[in-house]
Amino acid sequence: MSTASPQAPTVAVETPFQRLRSQFLENRLATFGLILLALIIVPSVLAPWVAPQNPFDIGKLDIFESQLPPGSVSESLGITYWLGTDGQGRDVLSAILYGMRTSLIVAFVSVTGSLLIGATIGLTAAYFGGKVDALLMRIVDLQLSFPAILLALILLSVLGQGIDKVIIALIVVQWAYFARTARGTALVERNREYVQAARCLALSPQRIIFRHMLPNCMPPLIVIATIDLAHAIAAEATLSYLGIGVPVTQPSLGMLIANGFEFMLSGQYWISFFPGIALALIIVAINLVGDHLRDILNPRSAQ
Amino acid sequence: MLLFIINRLIQAAGAVVVMSMLVFIGLYLIGDPTAMLVSPEANDLERAAVRQAFGLDQPIWMQYLTFVGNAARGDFGRSFLTGQPAMQLILERMPATIEMVVVAIGFAVLVGVPLGMLAGLRPKAASSKAVMTVSILGFSLPTFWIGLMLIMFFSVYLGLLPSSGRGSTVSVGGLSLSVLTPDGWRHLILPALTLGLAKAALIIRVTRAATREVLPMDYIKFARAKGVRPRRVVGVHLLRNILIPIVTVTGLEFGQAVAFAVVTETVFAWPGMGKLLIDSIIILDRPVVVAYLVLMVFFLIMLNLVVDILYMAIDPTAREKVRD
Repeated sequence: MSTASPQAPTVAVETPFQRLRSQFLENRLATFGLILLALIIVPSVLAPWVAPQNPFDIGKLDIFESQLPPGSVSESLGITYWLGTDGQGRDVLSAILYGMRTSLIVAFVSVTGSLLIGATIGLTAAYFGGKVDALLMRIVDLQLSFPAILLALILLSVLGQGIDKVIIALIVVQWAYFARTARGTALVERNREYVQAARCLALSPQRIIFRHMLPNCMPPLIVIATIDLAHAIAAEATLSYLGIGVPVTQPSLGMLIANGFEFMLSGQYWISFFPGIALALIIVAINLVGDHLRDILNPRSAQ
Repeated sequence: MLLFIINRLIQAAGAVVVMSMLVFIGLYLIGDPTAMLVSPEANDLERAAVRQAFGLDQPIWMQYLTFVGNAARGDFGRSFLTGQPAMQLILERMPATIEMVVVAIGFAVLVGVPLGMLAGLRPKAASSKAVMTVSILGFSLPTFWIGLMLIMFFSVYLGLLPSSGRGSTVSVGGLSLSVLTPDGWRHLILPALTLGLAKAALIIRVTRAATREVLPMDYIKFARAKGVRPRRVVGVHLLRNILIPIVTVTGLEFGQAVAFAVVTETVFAWPGMGKLLIDSIIILDRPVVVAYLVLMVFFLIMLNLVVDILYMAIDPTAREKVRD
């Protein structure tokens, strides 16, 4: 709770973060996943500055250079299409970077939102117990028994298209997982001495839940959040592939893959194939990192 | 037991009502389907006539009550697009979906259970680790992606299997089925495989976890000590006891698979009810969407009930609990 003052003698003790880092880097596969993740995230986030072309600026496209195979050199724009061009003359590499950017934004925002909402509801249920708990968990069960994809479809058919709508739909679909995990962890934490002490001090439930219990319930939630990023990316791509997620005017991996589908059957594989590979790589990378993170943060499997 | 079933049926009715209400209100809010029903050149008088014909001029609660009244008689309205009864439209497409899902789940069980038992019996073996790694990929990669890769390899690269449609079907008692013709099977393999892979991955993990839980039990040790052949220990003593979680998960996943068929059917242009749902959502064909959801909620709840009953049939301790 207290931060060391600058004058305090520094002792060579590993901080929890340093220990986490050294434990994490021990596993080669997970380290590989982390590097892969960085290699995908950095250029995607910086897409407007590093991509060879802005594929969603009509003025920058050359429609006569559509469906070129990978490695073709553009005659009018002076760039090389390393991964070819799609049916409208977009550079596939640039489109992937822009699309990945959308996927990452959707995934981060929706997972953070679900984490916050789910943790609040789960902790509240665990803290108060009784009827509040029963009611909240009944809603969670009901939600979890209904297929996520259908719920998202219905929501989007009601809300309409748009990146913000996709985020809302994903939060509605995912919060219940976080709520259930948060409740499970909090039920154990609730009986710990520090919570009892806080209760004796007559602190408000709000303060006990968010300042005392929440930080101690975080590790399992972080693990789920990590893996859930992969699920969110997959879900966004699926919805956009179906044509009801991100609107046509916005870049998205799912739509890129859907658009390339008709070309694929005539042998022009690159329009669908490379975005598909990018999608698979980021999902695999997140899973590698998340899986190992779970092993480290779960005290049961650490031994 | 009877009381338990009745109780669950009442819950089911409640869920169907709540769900239909939410969807009805939601779809009501997104807009007016009149634009879809009349030609753009129609004047106000013609519009009003159409609205009246479809009951769209009534207040929402009135529309809902009319809907419930009709639904109770099995009438879910007519599709705005084709004018056919919505429920009939869905039921016509249902055999195609169910057929694909049954084949997919069958595949998932046939592949998942043996591999999961293998991984559970020899957790340290390289083959088990490989199985587990692949299973992570199996359920974290999106279904449409797996479908696409399969099409790319088997249809485009090898040219072996068709990438879309249902092939020739045979009509059995009014249901047209693909599983009875060789051509139908050729069309069925890829969609079913796509849908089944993710389910197989899940069943592998469940089977492995159950196997590892059951192995240290006394009755397994006793059977071994008694000199029962290892094959019999695994095939009878172990298998019987891991069946409970496997049946539960498989049953519930059946429902998930029917829902996820939406994606697979779109990828492979498989003419099932999932494809119908997507098409109806895109063109705002409200009666079809609502009818699909009501049917789906009903189906999922019935499935849960069947799983619970099966569960009690396999696990005597669960039977005791309900009786108490």
